[in-house]
Amino acid sequence: MSRKTSVQTKINGDTVEFLCEPRQTLLEVLREVIHLTGTKEGCGDGNCGACSIMLDGVLVDSCLVLAVEVEGKEIQTIEGVASPDGLHPIQQAFLENAALQCGICTPGFIVASKALLEKEPNPSEHRVREWLAGNLCRCTGYDKIVRAVLDAAGVMQGKSG
Amino acid sequence: MTSVARQQYKVVGTSPIRHDGTDKVTGRANYGADIHHTGSLYGKVLRSPHAHARISGIDFTKALQHPGVKAIVTSVDLPPMEDKVMELGEEVINYRFLRAKILADKKVLYKGHPVAAVAAESSDIAEEALSLIDVTYEVLSPVLTAPEAMKEDASLLHDDLFTDEIGYKSDKPSNIAEHSQFMVGDVKTAFSQADVVIEREFTTATIHQGYIEPQNATAIWEPDGRLVIWCSTQGQFGVRSQVAELLQMSVSQVKVIPSEIGGGFGGKNPIYLEPLAALLSRKTGKAVKMVMKRDEVLEATGPAPGCYMRCKVGATNSGKIVAVEAYLAYEAGAFPGTPVGAGMRCMLSPYEIDNVLIDGYDVVNNKPKTAAYRAPGAPHAAFAVETVINELAEKLGIDPFEFRLRNAAKEGTRKVDGTSHPLIGYEETVQAAYDHPHYKASLGGPNRGRGVATGYWPNGGGPSSCTLSVNSDGSVSLIEGSPDIGGSRASISMQAAEVLGLPAESFNPSVGDTDSIGFTGNTGGSRVTYATGFAAYQAANDIKDQLINRAAVIWGIDKDQVTYNDGIIESKDDPGLRMSFKELAEQLNETGGPVSASASVSPMGAGAAYAVHIVDVEVDPETGKIDVLRYTAFQDVGKAVHPAYVEGQIQGGVAQGIGWTLNEEYFYDSDGRMKNVSLLDYRMPIAMDLPMIDVVLVEVANPGHPYGVRGVGEVPIVPPLPAIADAVYNATGVRFYDLPINPSRVVNALQCLKGDKK
Repeated sequence: MSRKTSVQTKINGDTVEFLCEPRQTLLEVLREVIHLTGTKEGCGDGNCGACSIMLDGVLVDSCLVLAVEVEGKEIQTIEGVASPDGLHPIQQAFLENAALQCGICTPGFIVASKALLEKEPNPSEHRVREWLAGNLCRCTGYDKIVRAVLDAAGVMQGKSG
Repeated sequence: MTSVARQQYKVVGTSPIRHDGTDKVTGRANYGADIHHTGSLYGKVLRSPHAHARISGIDFTKALQHPGVKAIVTSVDLPPMEDKVMELGEEVINYRFLRAKILADKKVLYKGHPVAAVAAESSDIAEEALSLIDVTYEVLSPVLTAPEAMKEDASLLHDDLFTDEIGYKSDKPSNIAEHSQFMVGDVKTAFSQADVVIEREFTTATIHQGYIEPQNATAIWEPDGRLVIWCSTQGQFGVRSQVAELLQMSVSQVKVIPSEIGGGFGGKNPIYLEPLAALLSRKTGKAVKMVMKRDEVLEATGPAPGCYMRCKVGATNSGKIVAVEAYLAYEAGAFPGTPVGAGMRCMLSPYEIDNVLIDGYDVVNNKPKTAAYRAPGAPHAAFAVETVINELAEKLGIDPFEFRLRNAAKEGTRKVDGTSHPLIGYEETVQAAYDHPHYKASLGGPNRGRGVATGYWPNGGGPSSCTLSVNSDGSVSLIEGSPDIGGSRASISMQAAEVLGLPAESFNPSVGDTDSIGFTGNTGGSRVTYATGFAAYQAANDIKDQLINRAAVIWGIDKDQVTYNDGIIESKDDPGLRMSFKELAEQLNETGGPVSASASVSPMGAGAAYAVHIVDVEVDPETGKIDVLRYTAFQDVGKAVHPAYVEGQIQGGVAQGIGWTLNEEYFYDSDGRMKNVSLLDYRMPIAMDLPMIDVVLVEVANPGHPYGVRGVGEVPIVPPLPAIADAVYNATGVRFYDLPINPSRVVNALQCLKGDKK
């Protein structure tokens, strides 16, 4: 076991300092060290998207990022999506569209969908499917997830417009 | 979504937001791997690198000396186990084999078979220790398919496995665990009288349930001898029974706390890590947490069986099926126990056929022990018989739906197992599809085809428990014994809400651990909304009676003078005596004490489910890629309690069926090693692969349930295999009898077709 490194980062707006081994992934540190377990592990090799997070505004699989890489960077996880005022429109749309069954992939889908809608507020169904191709869901057949994202886009545009 | 609804209710049949929804969209819901105990150790499993080998020695001295390693267990740490068979939900378990699955004894029987488990201060250290364990193997040749394993000279997995030959034990060891048979009428004579007979051979590949959450377990062996386990499972009571029996404990010494569960589809009925975490905790006195990696999930947890099948169907020119003969050989994996029996019972249940002979074989081979997967056993057999029926209908020039209506099973029709169908909705469901615009719509382009097929699943009932407690603010706490895998907190609460005339939002549902709720069978067999819902219905009626009594006491009148309707309690005679549920709830503690009720039930009137699917595909003749363009699923759901989640179950089943038909497959090399052990290479459908999936709910109420509920979760995976294969045929002119219908198979077949035409 190697010596641990101190890393300072910002997670969901708060400054966080943690110790990690050089081999540890950001996903492992988020879950096991900082106990932000909303980010899920489905595969550990970047194929399921359950561990999707935002790193300096870019959507990434946190299982493919080493924790030491995030020094000085900004991270957003599912825990930072809702505000004290309530759920984010995407979260609300997932509930209203019955877009989750078991719920294990849901945090990843919400983080990924938010990244899309912040970049492209009015995506087509095809674009939503393409963007979410890196997130696996085995329960829903994606139908209700895609509808939820399209609904949320409408709500968010209504709000900003 | 459209529906052919009959009875209307106030809460049942609406789609409220699920009670656990906020936790699940904010990341707060605790799944098994999210459980954290201070000072916990981490466990890892050493797995066999060989598909078939004898273990001649295990030396873990070096591993135990590795800094940070706390304990190692091997099969000697498990109590010896004789043959003992127990029925657990959809599976029959022989504890002798279960022990050998948890930790290999003298032989390893598949790549990934556990040989030892290590507990260490971190998962990294535990993994390092695995490489320090020295196992000596004498490698044997593997058998990978059912036909191979059934050969006289096949390499044997078990020296002591003797075929159960239609009730008799054979005296020669074999890889065939069981041969069973259904015989009705006289097929030989009937085939000789048929105008058309078609016989085909089929194979399907080993595939995985593909839940996104890997298996996990955390155990603490308390100093007083009690064992506490946290895990994500389809049945906390099933885990309790299996662990207690395996470790020779009494069930009351084991407490199982079910976490949220990240998908199961049948694959989280069996146990894998739980006994290992328990043994490691006993040795170390600390909590031990174990979580599988994805390659372990694919290589060492129950996939669904691959199979070899033959199916022969004879019909008259007028379109009446006169005889069916079928041969089904399913791969059990390393230990006996395939769902071939379910395949045999389900495959002809849509039809009325007088002459039937079905032979089923449960065959062991060097793959992980198979587990239930959504309508276990039924999709395989349906792929065979529905494909032949589509071919027959075409040959006779009869519309495939018309053909099915001419042969449809109805109430009173005898099934192959001798029992008769109660009220079923097969004809209604076929008719709904027949009349639907999708069936007549233009395909809109070349290389496109439309396919249809139907499917059956009996659904389950059995033991379930539910407890309700009235709170002083007019809300009701509900504890169900069923792990909530896809919205059962909502669907169970809604049934109690209907009885009490309250909105679904008045309920606070939770899932109980084995010490806090009565015994409940596993979440499987499409039984929860039916059976646990039945328990909630009974408990709610008990609450209603207690509230009527209490109001009578408060008002000083006879209870017969009190009515309860839509959450309002009132006197029949005195309009001044009237209280809402909430007003009465506020007074309970002061007027005789709190009101709660529990119900434990075992309803046996589960209504069968039928599904009819229509699918359009486009086949790219250059690449062999198949796109699903349009999909409509029709299903008799009895009564949809929460239509949005019922629709979701159907869409999910269809998506899994599409993956099964077009992509998914365990690729093995000749040494029996799976080559595609990641979710990149084990290719499940992604959002880009699928269209929106349209659903039509047909509601033929199940007389065995107060709201007419039929289980809905499993049957939607039955028709996709034959329906898509039929669509591909109509697009290309080639019938595929082997799954998956992947691009290379399509390209090869189209090239052969071209060659033939030249």
